[in-house]
Amino acid sequence: MDKLIIAGRTFTSRLLAGTGKFASNEAMVAALENSGCEIVTVALRRVDIDNPKDSLLSHIDRERYLLLPNTSGARDAEEAVRLARLARAAGCDPWIKLEVTPDPYYLLPDPIETLKAAEILVKDGFVVLPYMPADPVLAKHLQEVGVATVMPLGSPIGSNRGVRTRDHIGIIIEQATVPVVVDAGLGAPSHAAEAMEMGADAVLVNTALADTADPAAMARAFKKGVEAGREAFLAGLGPQRDKAEASSPLTGFLRDD
Amino acid sequence: MNLIINGQNKTFAAPLNVAELLLRLDLDKKPVVVELNREILIADKYVDIQLDDGDTLEIIQFVGGG
Repeated sequence: MDKLIIAGRTFTSRLLAGTGKFASNEAMVAALENSGCEIVTVALRRVDIDNPKDSLLSHIDRERYLLLPNTSGARDAEEAVRLARLARAAGCDPWIKLEVTPDPYYLLPDPIETLKAAEILVKDGFVVLPYMPADPVLAKHLQEVGVATVMPLGSPIGSNRGVRTRDHIGIIIEQATVPVVVDAGLGAPSHAAEAMEMGADAVLVNTALADTADPAAMARAFKKGVEAGREAFLAGLGPQRDKAEASSPLTGFLRDD
Repeated sequence: MNLIINGQNKTFAAPLNVAELLLRLDLDKKPVVVELNREILIADKYVDIQLDDGDTLEIIQFVGGG
């Protein structure tokens, strides 16, 4: 498949994977392996000081995967910037999945605070990948402040409902000057394929892998979905028509009319 | 000396630097990040930073996330 380039860095896989909600670290490792992903998202949380657990990082091969810390939990730009700086202090490459979600029910991204934080973080030297509403005007503003990708949502985080924002994602793809990563809400390989067929550069999934009976098998299925969608996009889908157009030649030898 | 660590009140005998605190909490070998009174600390400096009564610390680590 053709390569994905984000901020000058080249990736073979167009599937980004999250590391949340897996039943075990073993299930996560197997899913990451089968997904073929090269970028994995992680979150930052307080250590339970009375009962410190094994670090997630001991299960993720940092030679193989680029860690993409997110700012989940941030309700405004200030909190997001604080989380991003903590992630960088933890020794990560300065890549950040910017996520500002003040509403706990739908976890929809705050466009104003996301834009504010993006501007601060880009100036501070971060490679910023913002999770955002599927708003083409906001995508333009984010690109103007120098983000590395735009990541419009297909549907609310963890909802598995697919590309419900299809028309607006289409406009974002048409106008984008940076890679478009459809993030959030993709629940099936067909959803991932749909986004890729539309011309998205990549997709990010987590719940769709983690919250299944067999994450490793689902990861393999998503890998195929993403590859199929990309190949179809590159091949160019045939035109849609309102009426039938026969696939077999109508030779007319059964009757003369 | 009283410290507020991740929102909890904890008592330690002074003097105590950040490296010693992490050792006491069994976090010295874990990949954590430390914020002291909202300032992010650099790991190389942990031994040089003495903690004072009333200091607020956040000790953060990576967890699974999307």
